[in-house]
Amino acid sequence: MLEKRLLLGDEAVALGAIHAGLSGVYAYPGTPSTEITEFIQGYPLAKERGIRSRWCTNEKTAMEAALGMSYAGKRALVCMKHVGMNVCADAFVNSAITGVNGGLIVLAADDPSMHSSQNEQDSRFYGKFAMIPIIEPSTQQEAFDMMADAFDLSEKLKLPVLMRIVTRLAHSRAAVEINEPRLQNEMNPDNDRSHWVLLPGNARRQYASLVEKQPEIEKAAELSNFNCMDLAKEKGLGVIAVGIGYNYVKEVNPQDVSILKVSQYPLPAKQIKALAEHCTEILVVEDGQPFVEEQLKGLLGADYPISGRLTGRLPRTGELNPDNVAAAFGKENKTAFQPALNLAGRPPQLCQGCGHRDVYTALNKVAAEYPDARIFGDIGCYTLGALPPFRAIDSCVDMGASITMAKGAADAGQFPSIAVIGDSTFTHSGMTGLLDAVNDKSNITVIISDNLTTAMTGGQDSAGTHKFEAICLALGVEREHLHVVVPLPKNMDEITRIIREEINYKGVSVIIPQRECMQTLNRKLRQKKQTK
Amino acid sequence: MKIDIKLSGVGGQGILSIATVIGEAATEAGLQLKQAEVHGMSQRGGDVQSDLRLSTEEIFSDQISLGKADLIISMEPMEALRYLPYLHKDGVIVTSSKPFVNIPNYPDEAALQAELDALPHVAKLDIEQMAKEHRIPKSANMILLGMATRYIKILTSEQVRKAIATIFARKGEQVVNDNLKAFDLGYENI
Repeated sequence: MLEKRLLLGDEAVALGAIHAGLSGVYAYPGTPSTEITEFIQGYPLAKERGIRSRWCTNEKTAMEAALGMSYAGKRALVCMKHVGMNVCADAFVNSAITGVNGGLIVLAADDPSMHSSQNEQDSRFYGKFAMIPIIEPSTQQEAFDMMADAFDLSEKLKLPVLMRIVTRLAHSRAAVEINEPRLQNEMNPDNDRSHWVLLPGNARRQYASLVEKQPEIEKAAELSNFNCMDLAKEKGLGVIAVGIGYNYVKEVNPQDVSILKVSQYPLPAKQIKALAEHCTEILVVEDGQPFVEEQLKGLLGADYPISGRLTGRLPRTGELNPDNVAAAFGKENKTAFQPALNLAGRPPQLCQGCGHRDVYTALNKVAAEYPDARIFGDIGCYTLGALPPFRAIDSCVDMGASITMAKGAADAGQFPSIAVIGDSTFTHSGMTGLLDAVNDKSNITVIISDNLTTAMTGGQDSAGTHKFEAICLALGVEREHLHVVVPLPKNMDEITRIIREEINYKGVSVIIPQRECMQTLNRKLRQKKQTK
Repeated sequence: MKIDIKLSGVGGQGILSIATVIGEAATEAGLQLKQAEVHGMSQRGGDVQSDLRLSTEEIFSDQISLGKADLIISMEPMEALRYLPYLHKDGVIVTSSKPFVNIPNYPDEAALQAELDALPHVAKLDIEQMAKEHRIPKSANMILLGMATRYIKILTSEQVRKAIATIFARKGEQVVNDNLKAFDLGYENI
């Protein structure tokens, strides 16, 4: 052991990767995964080793660039929140067909309970879909340790490995024992084009080889040190405790039960069958969707008693916690005090002085003149425009959907059809939709609310800063229908006038209210003060 | 020996600094520790909370169970009440008494204070006012930590003071001294 450090789960992943000889991390910010890349960006050894760590434009560019680094023989890490997997899915699934050269780990941070997300999708399904190994740490220590193992496994199997974590691990701190760092891989590009050129002839061969590797992947899970079984003396309840679920089971400390801890997939069928034979029933404790529970039926047959989230023994939605897991074992965590009477919800709000506020004030003013106006929102701080006092947006679906939904609604006859999208979201997934709208001459008004940063996740660099006018013009937005304004109360008349005029223009208009985020501005001022 | 602490407040009030200091002190003392934080949207003036668990034995869950928190440390009185179902029957609430009103439906203040006062073990103080009076307006959270340390029996006040010095060292001597002064004010207040 080199030293012991107090680390967030995200930081343990990052440090584990650095010490496993990482050469590049590729990521787009997304809660709860953001701190992985931030840690690498600030870590001295990463700087010393020249580990590539700038933010990417979106998860797909990140995944592809990481695959390129792997192609060249070096170890690469891709990080994203769970919904990012949807964005990079094309590259992700095909990376299992090409296979890898340098080790490649794809980290997906799931957000059960949707603390800051739009859904509860479980990334393990993606791993199974792509037919690659999945690892799921229970603790910060495992998150660190697994990185080296997973990179080795990736290079041994010549496949990417998916690491799945959840919010409570990503954002929880614990002491982690750190080992000596390993050297980085040397440059060693793969010369076998038949792996990498996925023409149907090659792809069929590669896919067949992926199928052939499955027993080896299963064996790796069965032999994994991260999967372990503790059988009780007596036959009785068996528990499959998955990833972070294991912690809650140990916290509840049920007596006389047999426990199989699962942290590596495909499911270790031999151990599961042994557990089933030793026990009379199995309870599956897994965070997220019933991924393991659904597969057990196939392994153990329809008659074997299995319970978990599907049967209602654990809640079907929301994250696990020590209380609902205790309840699944028939132990109620009793409260001593009733919930307080004098209590009100305190939802997050747009900061005082934030430019998005002025944008919504202006939009609401103009929209009030058009009772039929619809405003399609997007993902970012400005989604808070849905809440009081603004209540300004009519939709928020996924990264970039504001522009394309406004376009589709306009195609159907919606007028006025307005999109509000942030700067970082625009470069992530809004540009292609804007090109569609330009090509169709759709009657929409697009507001790119530019605060010069990726604000919601804590102020990361935004890929398009200072390039938005050029991007819009290049996509074919007409010069006279492209405006940059400064969202401040004193400019309200000018802004509302422009919005009004552009709503009435029958075609694509883009208005870019541009003013730096208050949080990043204040941070810069503080840093300036400190260095003085 | 173990202690489960719920930290609560409003985004930007400094509860994570309190958690960081306790975490540093616990690590130095060789204790086991888990601290679950809330990141993301909740920074924007919404409610924030953090679960901090310290123990001489291995800790499993990152989250505290209902009815098992030994201590609630809150930078805001209504936010202290939010986690009442987590408080152990003998648990203590250490809270700032001054409401932070940034919502239109904030409860009636007299009723809120009465509900707090009716609980068995509550220490509350207008820490902001005290910090202002002592010209250390940015250190109100360390006054609260000083108060709370009386109830964190697994650590000594000296261990916590040392952690304050370590954590704030990079911000300069003045900041360290202000925070130590704040800590002592809170510690002596109980």
